[in-house]
Amino acid sequence: MISFLMKRLLQASATLAFLIVATFFLLRLAPGGPFDGEKVWPAEVKANIDAKYGLDRPLPVQFLEWCRDLARGDLRDSFHYIGTPVRDIISDALPPSLILGGWALLISVVAGVLLGVLSAWKRGTWLDFSAMFVAVSGITLPTFLIATLLVLLFSSTLGWLPPALWEDRKSMILPVLTLSFRPLAIIARMTRTSLLEVLHADYIRTAHSKGLSEARVLFKHALRNSLIPVVTLLGPITASLITGSYVVETIFQIPGLGTHFVTSVIDRDYPLVMGMTLVFGSVLILCNLVVDLTYGLIDPRIRVEREG
Amino acid sequence: MRNRYLSDKRFVGSAILLGTLCLMALLASMIAPFPYDEVGVGPNLAAPAPGFLMGTDVLGRDLFSRVLFGARVSLAVGFCTAGFSLILGTLTGALAGFFGGRTDRMIMAVVDIFYIFPMLLLAILLSLLFGRGFFGIFISIGMTTWVTQARLVRALVLQARELPYVEAGRAIGLTPVRILFQHILPNLMGPMIVSLTFQIPNNILTESFLSFIGLGLQPPYASWGTLANEGFRGMLSYPHLMIFPGLALFLTMLGFHFLGDSLRDILDPKSQVGSHTNP
Repeated sequence: MISFLMKRLLQASATLAFLIVATFFLLRLAPGGPFDGEKVWPAEVKANIDAKYGLDRPLPVQFLEWCRDLARGDLRDSFHYIGTPVRDIISDALPPSLILGGWALLISVVAGVLLGVLSAWKRGTWLDFSAMFVAVSGITLPTFLIATLLVLLFSSTLGWLPPALWEDRKSMILPVLTLSFRPLAIIARMTRTSLLEVLHADYIRTAHSKGLSEARVLFKHALRNSLIPVVTLLGPITASLITGSYVVETIFQIPGLGTHFVTSVIDRDYPLVMGMTLVFGSVLILCNLVVDLTYGLIDPRIRVEREG
Repeated sequence: MRNRYLSDKRFVGSAILLGTLCLMALLASMIAPFPYDEVGVGPNLAAPAPGFLMGTDVLGRDLFSRVLFGARVSLAVGFCTAGFSLILGTLTGALAGFFGGRTDRMIMAVVDIFYIFPMLLLAILLSLLFGRGFFGIFISIGMTTWVTQARLVRALVLQARELPYVEAGRAIGLTPVRILFQHILPNLMGPMIVSLTFQIPNNILTESFLSFIGLGLQPPYASWGTLANEGFRGMLSYPHLMIFPGLALFLTMLGFHFLGDSLRDILDPKSQVGSHTNP
């Protein structure tokens, strides 16, 4: 187990390192620079700016300098928000994104599994039908349409919840709902499919014939085995919560990481992009690692022997 | 064979829905009451009314015409990028799976590199590199999605190459290339078509997402995502600007969802392929 963990950790760090290098060089290959604006700078001014920010040196040197600063825990100052350290920007923007994503993940897993179990259990009834109606709409409705409809209903018409901004708990409800809808639907469908498959297995019939109660068979015997494909989904779902949050953060005007990430790339704010890549990359890779390790907890058969 | 298609309500329904949508996109210039980019054909920001079925936008352009022409862009991007990832993914996946060994390791190393990149970051970086024209969008979506196809085809070919008909092909002295392209790949058409029907809507959604955050096609083109981007600032007062492009996108997704589901049951009953693994 320890050696498996070490191997996975090593792989994860290599992945992150590659991601950072690739992003650094791809970003620099892209045309345009951080200080290209409406007006064209005179050559001397441009050279001065480049020298000040170390942009005049060869790319590999710049990369090594960035790594050196990183090792000291310095992510440098943003080019766009002049004088503001990237670390401060990220630490300001991280909490809203984490709260938004965390709640959305929690709600989508709990409600999704519940909905899936319900519809598999009551297969063919109106309960199954309505659960799958929710699931299909969650998968096929674009995020911005969900947001619009929720805002129209709960803010414009009913006046219960604020339409945007990130201030009190009330203002968090609509963004979290919007963000969790799609993963909820995906999890519900997956749970239903996989549970239906498991319910046909011999050992479930055995459990029934031993006289165990229906709820016990369902939750104790069937659900545990049917959750493996669902756990597999959690990696990509967490990733999609991170990417999905761009749209939600934009629509609801939430000062989170998502908006910064997109604008920093458009602004060619190199230090901020690199900082964001570091944060997002670590989160994504960590999620995959956790998912990998969780397999073993749910299904002892795939412990360790899984090939990386 | 024909009966299996026609007796599946989901297939018939989604085929009619998607067929209508595609036809409307193709005939957009004939159906649309106004040119999609003509400013001031009506009052600014008018709500839907008989003359302007979906209302007008901030410049007084007819939203119905814009959504119709947006269908062209959105559908074209979806089909072309899915075709691109189908060809590239199938070719690389088939070679990796069939020849194994060093070929496999080299191809899969490249695939893994693309796989670990957060999709959005890669798409954004590529769209910066290749510009925001049709080609740039095509490359940035195609390059991020072909790896899924490559992994699928590799797994399928790995299974297929152990089957008796492949061995029979070898026994009668067919070249490996011929076995792969004339015998194995045609046998995998079912799962590949199914994965394509899930890939297309995913790509359409990705394009709308890129356009929504402002990295999509630049004017004069307008996809549904661009339209939603133009609309979201006035969401509270002028919700029609968001709702109609969103609705068009929703109908397309719905059609492909049921088409994929029914095709999976018809063509590839055992498969695990689905839109659900690729949120």
